[in-house]
Amino acid sequence: MATFLTILLDGLQFSSYLFIVSAGLTIIFGVMKILNVAHGSFYAWGAYTAAFFIGKFSDMGIPDIFGFLVILGSAIVVGLVLGFIIEKGILRFMYHRDEVLIVLATFGLFLVLEDSILIAFGTDPYFAYQPMALLESVEVAGITRDVYGLTLILVAAFVALGCWFLLNRTKWGDILRAVIFDREICIAMGINVPLVYTLTFIGGAMLGGLGGAYIAPTISVAPGLGTEVIILSFAVVVVGGMGSILGAAIGSVLIGVLRALAVHEFPQVELFVVFAVMVIVLVFRPEGLFAPAKPRKI
Amino acid sequence: MIMAFDRTDIAVLLSCIAVIVSGLFIPDWMINQFMFAFARALAVLGLMVLWRTGLVSFGHAFYFGLGAYAVAIIDNQLGVTDIFLRLIVSIVIAGIAGFLLGYVLRNYRDIFFAMLNTAISMVLYGIIVKTEALGSTDGFAISLPTLFGHSPEDKYPLFVVICIIAAACAIGVNFYLKSTYGKLTTAIRDNEVRVEYLGFSVAHAIHVKYTISACLAGAAGSLMAMSLGQVDPDSMINWTVSGELVFITILSGPGSVLAPFIGSFVFEILRTYAFEWAPQAWQAIVGGTLLTIIFFLPGGIWSLIEKIFGRKS
Repeated sequence: MATFLTILLDGLQFSSYLFIVSAGLTIIFGVMKILNVAHGSFYAWGAYTAAFFIGKFSDMGIPDIFGFLVILGSAIVVGLVLGFIIEKGILRFMYHRDEVLIVLATFGLFLVLEDSILIAFGTDPYFAYQPMALLESVEVAGITRDVYGLTLILVAAFVALGCWFLLNRTKWGDILRAVIFDREICIAMGINVPLVYTLTFIGGAMLGGLGGAYIAPTISVAPGLGTEVIILSFAVVVVGGMGSILGAAIGSVLIGVLRALAVHEFPQVELFVVFAVMVIVLVFRPEGLFAPAKPRKI
Repeated sequence: MIMAFDRTDIAVLLSCIAVIVSGLFIPDWMINQFMFAFARALAVLGLMVLWRTGLVSFGHAFYFGLGAYAVAIIDNQLGVTDIFLRLIVSIVIAGIAGFLLGYVLRNYRDIFFAMLNTAISMVLYGIIVKTEALGSTDGFAISLPTLFGHSPEDKYPLFVVICIIAAACAIGVNFYLKSTYGKLTTAIRDNEVRVEYLGFSVAHAIHVKYTISACLAGAAGSLMAMSLGQVDPDSMINWTVSGELVFITILSGPGSVLAPFIGSFVFEILRTYAFEWAPQAWQAIVGGTLLTIIFFLPGGIWSLIEKIFGRKS
């Protein structure tokens, strides 16, 4: 029972940050049809910014509770700055090009951004344990858990609800769905599609940054952070169905729990299982497990 | 049917001889650069064939890694050191894998093709990273290859062999691209339905090209492993390796079978100098180059060469 609960909670925590990152990726893909490899760098930038400033603030004697503000602030600033520069400066000129070529361009961006982190923050790892230490730990049904890790699940749930509300219950959501459905008609109807693209990209980038910033206190923030997470979010997004928030949620829970199960019971297959699921889904349901089947050219 | 050598083949042969002869005079590190560049160029050659067909694989590190690990395993377990035997084993393993997976992958296009390849390569990565018997994250060291029973003292013989194999593959692919099935590359990219109406099976054509590219990537991994003297998952199978291979393909351009070799060499030089000049930012320089090529030189380096020499191939 205790093992089961540990696996479940580990899995959900892992799913939570995967979901936050993947939600950004899938929104960008859904609206703009860009499979953004550079998303991993938004995550890494978020993690580094948060870790750096949490450490700085702690040194300055500012109460650790502000660490949470730093996390939120890092996500917003990273998303705003990187998202704006990249969309306006580079991607804007690529929309008429081939989808796969855009993937390559974002791969180029990924390389550039990875090194920009090394230049900005150096190669030494950062530890920003303060927010995690602040929340201490609790005992749930006989096992001890960090409260910080549990709040991660709440944050992910909040992001999921927020996305759902934004997409289904606001005017902005209507516009987004209209743009997804038919970009050209939207332009004809007077919707400022370039603006929608910019805002979508910034929003997606913020989610990527938030994933990194929120996970930063629980890990050692070291180079190469983005490389692993981007490929995992690809798996999540593919499993759930590209462009679907619900799909990203289900995909991340599936992959998160499976991976936690593997880590605890069969550590040999930890990575294998994630990508095996991805292969199986791509082979049998390329449009994703829970996305509505669409006529497509495979 | 007698197929005559064309200008490209002659250019390949001449440059091959020139590089081999120059190998006697250039310093050792330069020989290494050539070996890495030409080994990688073989994988790029295969990706180029796919790219002409409109397919981009973001996972050919799978075959690259299979080839490399095949060498490592037969070296460490069976003590096989002969360079050709190693190469053949790599090619056969990668080829069989490519042929079998081709049955699935030939039905995929665009982003799905890219992603499924990535997923497959990451499965192998996941297995190797977590398996002690396969070297885990440390990988294996590989002994120097022997040539027909002779064990050479330096890398020059290996270099010569790589050059000859590279030239042979380039000429072989050139012949293939000139054949009827080989010409079904751009045709498929432009209009699959029309190709089917002309009486060709698109699935079959793609399957053959995919298998060829798998064999070439296997050979590339094999030669790369032997030149480096070691294999490890992050430099052989991780998705960044696939990205690198695709990057060189874009850098080279699809214009000619010579392009991958030039592009690969330029990449190797670019990387070395970028690393020397700015160790913290060499990736950024490489990434920036990729963006520049995509924006300003969609035909790759080869299109520059075409412009300068006025050749159209």
